[in-house]
Amino acid sequence: MTDLEQRLAALPDGGPQLDLDRLQAELARRAARAGILDVAYARADSPLGTLTVFVTRRGVVRVAYENEPDDLLFEELAAVVSPRLLRDPGRTDAARREVEDYFEGRRRTFDLPIDWSLVHGFAVGVLQATARVPFGEVSSYGDVAAEAGSPRAARAAGNALASNPIPIVVPCHRILHADGGLGGYSGGLDRKRFLLRLEGTLPA
Amino acid sequence: MAHTIRSHVAAPRNVQYSVRLPPFQSLVDDHAAELHRFLIACVGGDDAEDCLQETFLSAMRAYPRLRHADNLRAWLYLIAQRKATDLIRRRQRHPASDIDGVPDARLSIPPAGLPDDGLWGAVRRLPGKQRAALVHRFVFDLAYRDVAERMGVSEEAARQNVSAGLRRLRLEVSR
Repeated sequence: MTDLEQRLAALPDGGPQLDLDRLQAELARRAARAGILDVAYARADSPLGTLTVFVTRRGVVRVAYENEPDDLLFEELAAVVSPRLLRDPGRTDAARREVEDYFEGRRRTFDLPIDWSLVHGFAVGVLQATARVPFGEVSSYGDVAAEAGSPRAARAAGNALASNPIPIVVPCHRILHADGGLGGYSGGLDRKRFLLRLEGTLPA
Repeated sequence: MAHTIRSHVAAPRNVQYSVRLPPFQSLVDDHAAELHRFLIACVGGDDAEDCLQETFLSAMRAYPRLRHADNLRAWLYLIAQRKATDLIRRRQRHPASDIDGVPDARLSIPPAGLPDDGLWGAVRRLPGKQRAALVHRFVFDLAYRDVAERMGVSEEAARQNVSAGLRRLRLEVSR
């Protein structure tokens, strides 16, 4: 090594520390202002475990329970909604606060706009019908199928509900079998029971 | 004729996401620290974080239009290299001092902890590719194969940029 090469190599490892939190916050703020932040996300604690909340300029696009693996979840958002996705507590704040209020019993309806980008075809009608079922009430797979225009498509309605991208906010836990059976829940039946107890539908 | 027509037809909208691009956040998580260090070497500690912001913003702006995701790291380094060059040129054109022809003193400030022996000012006056090649080769102590990988060029081109950069530095720096 020549003297010159050694002098170049002398750059100390430490240097000024990069403040990652500041970089992240500033980047999200500037990207949003420039209109190039398409999806913002943040984690939120809840009695049902850590939730990951994704919002777009249009509204809440995805809520995920922690049983969903991160890599698949983020790949889905990047591929289907947009790869311009950043962690951004600021832009997800309203959504996270409403969810928190719901779990604390301070809120019965969500005022959040919803982005239906991840929902297609028949599922749109089913989930929009589901979103109209009020707190503390329940409906059946057949009823939401009928509201979506196909009274005999209860099974298809079940599939649509099983792939609800926005659980809790779009309350698919309020949809039960016509005979009162609990049916299914993508987050697991324990979570469904918890939510129904929270709303007073099931006895605590 | 067909060529002319085709060149005026915009790509269909859904082409945008035909490439499997990872969520942009993963680029920030994976590469912010190394790009920051690269920029400290290129422009000094005071400006590295600003340059890094600009790098990520530019990258994010162009991200959905990328045709492939084969070497996103090299792509980020290239943007960082350009942002460093932009900043250095700005400093040369609009120095903080009012005296014409006197280069901005900030250009010659070495990264923290290093002597002010004129070396780092000379590094900043190098063409962007040569500066980047020298930083990868000597500051990061990478083999030429890895320098080439990070720059997204051939090993031969990486060698050439390093030797051209060294030649130029030797002319500018005493002893």
